[in-house]
Amino acid sequence: MRTAKSIEGAPPRVAPELLLRLYREMLRLRTLDERMMTLQRQGRVGFYGACTGQEASTIASAAALEPGDWIFPALREGGAMLLRGFPLVPYLCQIFGNAGDETKGRQMPSHMASKSVNQVSWSSCIGSQLPQAVGAAMAARIKGDKTVVAAYMGDGATSSADFHVAMNFAGVFKPPVVFVCQNNHWAISIPTQKQTASESIAVKAVAYGFEGIKVDGNDAEAVYGAVKAAVDRARAGQGPTLVECETYRIGAHSSSDDPTRYRDEREVEIWRKRDPIEAFRTRLVAAGLWTEAKDEELREKLAGEVNEAIAEAEKKPDPPRETLFEDVYSSPPWFLREEREEMLAVPKARRPGAAQ
Amino acid sequence: MAELTYRDAVAAGIAQEMARDESVVFLGEDIGAAGGVFKTTLGLLERFGPRRVRDTPISEQAIIGAAMGAAMTGLRPIAEIMFSDFFAVCWDMIANEIAKTRYMTAGQIALPLVIRTANGYGSRFGAQHSQSVENWAMAIPGLKVVAPSTPLDVKGLLAAAVRDPDPVIFFEHKGLYSTKGEVPDGEIVDRLGTAKVVRQGEDVTIVALAAMVPKSLQAAERLAAEDGISATVVDVRSLVPLDTKTIFEEVRKTGRLYTVEENPRLCGWGAEIASLVAEECFYDLDGPIVRITTPHVPLPAADLLEDNAVPTVDRIVETVRRNAG
Ligand SMILES: Cc1ncc(C[n+]2csc(CCOP(=O)(O)OP(=O)(O)O)c2C)c(N)n1
Ligand SMILES: [Mg+2]
Repeated sequence: MRTAKSIEGAPPRVAPELLLRLYREMLRLRTLDERMMTLQRQGRVGFYGACTGQEASTIASAAALEPGDWIFPALREGGAMLLRGFPLVPYLCQIFGNAGDETKGRQMPSHMASKSVNQVSWSSCIGSQLPQAVGAAMAARIKGDKTVVAAYMGDGATSSADFHVAMNFAGVFKPPVVFVCQNNHWAISIPTQKQTASESIAVKAVAYGFEGIKVDGNDAEAVYGAVKAAVDRARAGQGPTLVECETYRIGAHSSSDDPTRYRDEREVEIWRKRDPIEAFRTRLVAAGLWTEAKDEELREKLAGEVNEAIAEAEKKPDPPRETLFEDVYSSPPWFLREEREEMLAVPKARRPGAAQ
Repeated sequence: MAELTYRDAVAAGIAQEMARDESVVFLGEDIGAAGGVFKTTLGLLERFGPRRVRDTPISEQAIIGAAMGAAMTGLRPIAEIMFSDFFAVCWDMIANEIAKTRYMTAGQIALPLVIRTANGYGSRFGAQHSQSVENWAMAIPGLKVVAPSTPLDVKGLLAAAVRDPDPVIFFEHKGLYSTKGEVPDGEIVDRLGTAKVVRQGEDVTIVALAAMVPKSLQAAERLAAEDGISATVVDVRSLVPLDTKTIFEEVRKTGRLYTVEENPRLCGWGAEIASLVAEECFYDLDGPIVRITTPHVPLPAADLLEDNAVPTVDRIVETVRRNAG
C-alpha cells in the first residue's frame, strides 16, 4: 500500500532573491492583517479574515506558480493576489466595499478576486472551488496549453462532498491541478482530529490514486519546494498532487469569532513559538542574507505603505446604489430596469453612523 | 416573564424540547463548544452532553442525511445548517429525500425532524451568505416552512416544529438575532400554520415575514402619522401551511393588500399570496395587489447596497402612499 509522503528537513535549494521576496511578502501580509484587524475593531471595516500564522503556506505556495496559472483560493489566500502584482489600494477597497473595489462591493469582505491576476474569489460555500479548479485544469488539457491550476482548501473543507468529488475527478482525469490544503488545525471551533479520522490530509490522495505530500507549512522553503515540484509535475503532464501544509491559525477564525470559548490558549502559545516569519528571519540572518537593521527598515517601510494605502482606500465613496442592478445578466432585462427606477424613486437608505 | 433576545429564544426553545423528550437530538457545525456561530445554541452542549448535542464536520449532506436516518428510526433530530445559503449544498437530501419520504412510502415512514437555519440579510455577508431562501423551501411539497419574527414566536414555533410529525424548515433571521422581546416563563408551544395580526388598521393590509415585519410596523406608524393611512400588519409566520383564513379576513376588511418580502422578486412567496387573494377576495379588493420585494438580484455585500436592495421603510411607505392615496 502506498502512503502519503512527508517531507521534513533538507528543503530544495531556493535562490536567495526568491527567499527574500517570499520573506518580504509574508511580512507585508502580516502587517496588513494586523492593521486590518485593528480597523475592524474600530468599526472601520465590517468583517475581516486574517491569515496570521499561515503566511508561509499562502505566499510560498502561490510563489511556486507561473503568472498565467490560476488560483482557486479558500479562505486564507487573498494575499496571493498581492504577490501576483495586484495593487494594494483596490485590494483594500474590496474589504471596505466601496467604489474603489473592482468587484463593486458585491462580495463579502476578504473575498477579493481579480481576473487580472488569474485569481477567483473564494466561495463562501466551503469546498465549491475544488471541482471548479479541476475543471479549469481539464480545460487547460483540452485547449492544449500549459496552465496549471492551484486548488486551495482548509482542513475543514476536506469534509465537504466537493472535496471528494474533485479528488476523484482529478484521479480519474489526471489534469494539471495541485491541491494545497492549509491544515491550520481548526475549522472555526472544530479541531482537525474531529474533522477527519485519517492520519493526515495528505493520505487521502492515495485513495484517489495520486500522490499526497505533507510539509511543514510554517517553513516557507519547504512549502515552496513541495508545491513547485507538484506544479512542475502537473505542467509536465504527470497529473495531480495534494500538498498538505501543516500550519496553525494563530488568530480567531474571523473578526466574528471568539476562540477563547473552544480553544486552549496554551496550544496557541506553542504555535506562536513556531511563527513562520520569525523562523524565516532567523534563518535568513544566519545565512547572511538579511540583517536585523534591514528588517527594521523593511517593517517601517511596509507599515508606511500599508497605512498610506488604507488612507487612500478609505477616502473612496460608497458604490452608487444603482450599480446593484448591474451584472446580474449581461444586460439588465426589463424587470430589473423597472425595479431600478422603483428603488431610485425613494430616498437612499443610510446605514447608521454613515455621513449624509 | 423574561426579556429574551431572539438568539436566546432559539436556545431556550431547543432546551425546552430536549429536556421534555429524550428522543430529541441536535447536530450541526460549531453548535457545541462554540455555542453556534451566531451564539444561538449557547449552553446546550454543557446541559445535554455530547451524546445528544453533536458538533459535526463540514458535511451538510451528512448532517441532513443523518438527521433523516435518525428520524426514520425513532429519534426527533434538530439539524442546523449554519447559513440558509448552504441549503443548496444539501438540497438533494432536503428536496428529494426528506420532503418525499412520507409520500413515497405511503405513510410508513414519518420524518419528525427540524432543520434550523440562519436566513436573510443584515450581516453584510454578500450573495452566498445572506439570501432569503424561504421560497425555495415553500416550493417543495412535503416540507412545512416557518419563519418567526419575535423571540416569543421563535420559542413557541420551534417547540411546535419539534413536536410536529412532519419535517419542518425553520428559518431564523440573522438580522433579528439581537432583537429583544418578552417571553413568558414556563413551557411555550405555539401552533404551526398560523399567522398573527400584529397591528390592526382600517385602510390597507400589509403582509410581511421575519425581518420585514418590524419594517412594516415602522412603515405603518409613519403612514399613520404622515398620511393618515391606517394599516393592518399581518405576520405570516408560517408559509406552509399558509394561514389564508387570517390573511383573507384582514384583506377583506381593508380592500388593499401589500406584501413585503425579502426574497428576490420572481416566484417569491408574495406572488403566491397575491394569487390566492386574487382568486378568493377579488370582489373585496379596492385596488391592485402590490408586492414590495428585494429586486431580482443576488444580494450585494457593501452596507449601502445591501440596505437599499432589501425593502426599506421608505420604499414601503412610498409604495403604499402612491397606491392607496
Ligand atoms: C458549505 C459551508 N458550510 C459551512 C460553512 C461555514 N464555515 C465557514 S469557514 C468554516 C471553517 C472552514 O475551515 P477550514 O476549511 O479548515 O478553513 P480555515 O477557516 O481553517 O482556513 C466553516 C464551517 C461554509 N462557509 N460553507
Ligand atoms: Mg482550518
